[in-house]
Amino acid sequence: MRVGELLTAGFLALLSLYLMWKSTELPIGYIAGTGPGGGAWPFWLSAIMLICCVCIAFNWWRETSPASQSDEPVLDSHGWRSLIFVGGGIIGFVTLITIISMYGAIAVFLFYYIWFLGRHSFVLSLAISLITPIALFFFFEGAMQITMPSGLPFTDPVFNVLYDIIY
Amino acid sequence: MEVLALLGDGMLLSLQPLNLMMILIGVTLGLFIGAMPGLGSVNGVAILLPVTFLVPPGSAIIFLAAIYYGAMYGGAVSSITLGIPGASTAVATTFDGRPLARQGRASLALVTAALASFVGGTIANVLFTMFAPVLASVALSFGPPEVFALMLLAFATFVGLGGDDIPKTIFSICFGLVLGAIGFDQISGAPRLVLFDYNGFLQGIGFLVLAIGVYGIGEMLWTIDQTRGDVTATTPKMTVKGMASDTKEAAKRGWKGTMIGSFLGFFVGVLPAAGATPGSLMSYGVAKMVSRKPEEFGKGSPDGVAAPEAANNSASTGSMLPMLTLGIPGSPTTAILLGGMVIWGLVPGPRLFVDEQEFVWGLIGSFYISNVAALLINLAFIPVFIWMLRMPFTILAPMIFVLSIAGGYAATRDMFDIWLIVLFGLGAFFMRKFDYPLAPAVLAIVLGPIAEPTLRQSLLLSSGDPSIFFTRPVAGPITIIALILIFLPLIKLVRRLRDERKPAS
Repeated sequence: MRVGELLTAGFLALLSLYLMWKSTELPIGYIAGTGPGGGAWPFWLSAIMLICCVCIAFNWWRETSPASQSDEPVLDSHGWRSLIFVGGGIIGFVTLITIISMYGAIAVFLFYYIWFLGRHSFVLSLAISLITPIALFFFFEGAMQITMPSGLPFTDPVFNVLYDIIY
Repeated sequence: MEVLALLGDGMLLSLQPLNLMMILIGVTLGLFIGAMPGLGSVNGVAILLPVTFLVPPGSAIIFLAAIYYGAMYGGAVSSITLGIPGASTAVATTFDGRPLARQGRASLALVTAALASFVGGTIANVLFTMFAPVLASVALSFGPPEVFALMLLAFATFVGLGGDDIPKTIFSICFGLVLGAIGFDQISGAPRLVLFDYNGFLQGIGFLVLAIGVYGIGEMLWTIDQTRGDVTATTPKMTVKGMASDTKEAAKRGWKGTMIGSFLGFFVGVLPAAGATPGSLMSYGVAKMVSRKPEEFGKGSPDGVAAPEAANNSASTGSMLPMLTLGIPGSPTTAILLGGMVIWGLVPGPRLFVDEQEFVWGLIGSFYISNVAALLINLAFIPVFIWMLRMPFTILAPMIFVLSIAGGYAATRDMFDIWLIVLFGLGAFFMRKFDYPLAPAVLAIVLGPIAEPTLRQSLLLSSGDPSIFFTRPVAGPITIIALILIFLPLIKLVRRLRDERKPAS
């Protein structure tokens, strides 16, 4: 945790410097007749962020924050495993949206999580994975009139049937 | 007395069968729309606007106002049960609502939220009825320096909320403000902070993208990591006896927050461009400051749920005031309501109270009736919301992820924003690990687009002289209070450092 705290502060300091540099694409000073330039607000806020990072590093050196006093790892083996399986699952879910549609991706993600990670029964996992996207389809597309991504053309026949029901 | 007679007529009008039906349908729809992460009163009012052409204008605006009311009640539901604020007005509700739910006391949090919302709405309605024209003229005297001073006060409250690590809190505030500045410069119209020259950033980063990322993804990953995936703490039970005792406890332990939220929320809501978000946050901060047990805030204090909930309901009524009396909408939802009124041939402004008396008092009467209906419907649905929490965590967690992604897309209709949600979620997980408070960033992204233009307009008015924030009669005291609140923790820190050195020397 101790090394992680310093690395995080360093990363955020670099981010602050990048934002300061990016802000200078617009004027950062006071322009007579038009007021502060367009870059002034983000530039000075990023500068304050940088100062905060220096203060966080100073607190790390003084060992005042809980993280700077801890020798535990940021993530143990279980932490890494859950981050990879859950975080990876979410990334997979979002990737699938453009391929098999929002509702298809919801079904696959729910089945993956409930059956594979949650270790629930196959029937329950399948039932929830099928009922939820159908219910969400009628809520979003039917009631709220919000069109979700329908994926690649091969999903069209399924959507045609569903659209026939609501329109 | 004339006001009371007019109000009585208005209430009778809103109790007519058609209007009462519109209120009940509107409140129920609003409750569920508000409870859905990503959807809020704006979506509900905008989507259902065409439906109102089927009924007379008076019933139509009553229907829309009922949706608005219901959604303000519903916002607390997702904040408490799922830990995801569906709208910016409900962010402060998560601070204590979610911890209460985790302790298995979701029913207490939901009952407190419902009662506080009801009291907040009722007090706001009374203030609205009695002082509408006076308050409208006060609100009109708020120029850019006053609004910026108010924003500064809101940011100062964040510093107080952020705990002991002040640099991390200030970093979080500034980070949220910078994220809010991405897109286009509001004054010159030039592209600004287009990160890595990626065009997706041109449209800016919305509040919901950050809020869903932080609370829907980041907070859930953190919970899974902390509990090792074995979340069995929340097994809330719901009985009539339990609900009665929760009501008693909510009234006893949440009355102070409710009162603070009701009055402060209304006043902030009345101000054009301010709205319910700063109102709810300031109320939370003030409730914490005046509490005898401030250490309970953030860990499940009923006052911490009551203050923002009373404030956001009170502010939503307050924001109707400049809309009706001056024609200035105080929030995005009232802007849509204003549009609806114009379509129906009603012209909001000072003449509305004279020319369309029946309409105006019918609407005000419907506020009272909607408030009672919202309370009863909300209480009736609490067992349904509690049932949701009894689901195994391995089913609830993926449902929250799905609602976060689908709700995020529904709000923005852009896949780029969905990827940003995931990125913010992963970033929030690691920042949470190192105790960076994230709520200030979420609230700053909402207030940034209000604060920046008012600061620039003020400095333009004063030719760059910052003393404009100190010399004006309203802005001056607000700025000074804000600066005291910002520097107080810093002074305490310097003192503590000095005390630490003394024994060493």
